[in-house]
Amino acid sequence: MKHLLSVRDLDRDSAITILDLAEDMAQVATRAVPKLPTLRGRTVANLFFEDSTRTRLSFESAAKKLSADVITFSAKGSSVSKGESLKDTTQTIAAMGIDAVVLRHSASGAARVLADSGWIDAPVINAGDGTHEHPTQGLLDAFTIRQGLHGAASRGRDLDGVRVTIVGDILHSRVARSNVWLLTTLGASVHLVAPGTLLPTGVENWPVTVSSDLDAAIADSPDALMMLRIQSERMRDAFFPHDLEYARQWGLHDERFARLSPDTMILHPGPMNRGLEISARAADSPRSMVLKQVTNGVSIRMAVLYLVLSGATTEAPV
Amino acid sequence: MTILIRGARLPDGTTTELVIDHGVVAERGTGLSAAGAMVIDAEGLQALPGLVDLHTHLREPGFEQSETVLTGSRAAAAGGFTAVHAMANTSPVQDTAGVVEQVASLGDHHGYVTVRPVGAVTRGLAGEQLSEIGAMAQSRAGVRVFSDDGKCVHDALLMRRALEYVRSFNGVVAQHAQEPRLTEGAQMNEGVVSAELGLAGWPAVAEEAIIARDVLLAQTTGARLHICHLSTAGSVEVIRWAKSRGIAVTAEVTPHHLLLTDELARSYDARYKVNPPLRRDEDVHALREALADGTIDIVATDHAPHPIESKECAWQEASFGMVGLESALNVVQQSVVDTGQLGWSDIARVLSRTPAEIGRLSGYERPFDVGSPAHLTLYDPAASSIFSVDHLAGKGANSPYLGRELPGRVVATIYGGVPTVLDGSVRSAEEVARG
Repeated sequence: MKHLLSVRDLDRDSAITILDLAEDMAQVATRAVPKLPTLRGRTVANLFFEDSTRTRLSFESAAKKLSADVITFSAKGSSVSKGESLKDTTQTIAAMGIDAVVLRHSASGAARVLADSGWIDAPVINAGDGTHEHPTQGLLDAFTIRQGLHGAASRGRDLDGVRVTIVGDILHSRVARSNVWLLTTLGASVHLVAPGTLLPTGVENWPVTVSSDLDAAIADSPDALMMLRIQSERMRDAFFPHDLEYARQWGLHDERFARLSPDTMILHPGPMNRGLEISARAADSPRSMVLKQVTNGVSIRMAVLYLVLSGATTEAPV
Repeated sequence: MTILIRGARLPDGTTTELVIDHGVVAERGTGLSAAGAMVIDAEGLQALPGLVDLHTHLREPGFEQSETVLTGSRAAAAGGFTAVHAMANTSPVQDTAGVVEQVASLGDHHGYVTVRPVGAVTRGLAGEQLSEIGAMAQSRAGVRVFSDDGKCVHDALLMRRALEYVRSFNGVVAQHAQEPRLTEGAQMNEGVVSAELGLAGWPAVAEEAIIARDVLLAQTTGARLHICHLSTAGSVEVIRWAKSRGIAVTAEVTPHHLLLTDELARSYDARYKVNPPLRRDEDVHALREALADGTIDIVATDHAPHPIESKECAWQEASFGMVGLESALNVVQQSVVDTGQLGWSDIARVLSRTPAEIGRLSGYERPFDVGSPAHLTLYDPAASSIFSVDHLAGKGANSPYLGRELPGRVVATIYGGVPTVLDGSVRSAEEVARG
């Protein structure tokens, strides 16, 4: 695998390969010394033009568990503020000698632009580009759902027949986009629930069903219910009237949580707005996969770093 | 300089010889004398009147790193143009007689094309108060086209006043139709592709709503209105309706909106980022049909040069715009001539006679008639090439056509009897100055 820019570059088999490799990586964490020597001597550059402590730490942790060295660039605030050119920064860091770039950027397509530019030779892993994609999040969510359904027997399996409902700000969500493409590639059916203002024009062409009725979606007992973070500044732009109205209509509040099928997993990409899109009771319940998602994120990123840096496609290092 | 052109096919389909002398068409017929003349063998070439662009960004004064009057004039000549209308978004803005006179005189000085400055509708393009429209109209630049292009005159009252006021000076308001609130942060056409790419959408309604409002204001005021760079099928419908009501509106389309679609944004290659954005295939076809049936009056380039760093970045950090003078005729040939929708007499109309009429630019009424100014272009429609930076004659390399095969080749451009392009090459400033 040369780069990981979009989950749309993955077919079903290659997605399953990554998920299976992440299963192997997860096993490493159970060892006495939870670390592999695989990437010793290789340097991973975390280029975070947009703040994201969680994703940065997850990639850093993954790289270190594979014995890679990590250097980190963090731009304060938005990279769109002038003077922080993608080209200059990446070329500067690359000149220090690096083997892979993990790129987080507020501009959609930034990872694709960097990969296609010829500015640097290193492979590029998209760690979130604007409102476009967040491929490793999609992978870790698929991994979490698969493990939630099949446990230790997950290896080799797709998500045929699995029903996933994603709720919230689809319009601005790279997480939603990566999940829609990847989960449907793996055979799942995806249902989106959002107010009309937070659905992109053109969503009718996506391989999903869409509604604005969370209660109906909950009554439908999906296998997984993914609540997206809602940014309260959206209300200033008239996407919804008010926090309380949003929570009432599209939040997983206690009363809805009580109606949720006991077999439905709850996912959230974090960070959560407790009391807004998800209640504390739902977030902390046994059905909540939120912390498992974080743990699995490290395994997925180990798998992706391994595949990109080794140039391998199938064989596991373990 | 005396020039004898042999064997050129005129837009009406006839073939003739032309003698050009003292800046005008001196003779027309067969068996004309070549004595003392530079002879251009135009066998197999299409002769067109000098092309007139109603929508060019020359960037000078203020943004000379992108383009200057000289480099933009050379780009225009390379594309077969003999007149361009230079948009007002310079720095300082072309909102006073002094600035427009400076730009016009730079054009005259370089001598490649007539440079007709466009005056800003509002002071500093700020959309708050009218600029010195009268002074610009009565200046040596004789401004007739007024536009805040790049920005929409979105205040309805100000637009009404502008239409009423410009009418007093035989002018026209050229509107960049973009409702600002509906396009905040917009990056590309809103639709299926923007939804997937996660780029903020520029909805068709933001263009169509302004055009609908403005044709009604034009009706109310009886003033002339011109709509810049129409880009959607819905806009075509509004213009068609307005014309059927006898409203004095004219409309333009760019070459790129006749050929390219928003699918190209999937590469995130910022060369395809332009305002208004590339639209859907259905829009492209509606625009072609509208140009063919006369709903859209003219083709204008919206030539918008930018330095390399403005495009060598992530899409949403990149500037809007593409260069278009050098490729205009080729793209128009591919999109509407080779498809059989327009003939060469139509091309002469939409790229020369009508834009000159809208801009109140004289000298383009009867091209090729004896006594008319010798502004003409010799074009080889049978040629074809891979478009490359070698085809570009201005400063900007932000062309969406690089690497794409395009038909046709501008072989010669003659401006006021002076060749500015010969054998497909732009002549040097010294050669052009000598005449």
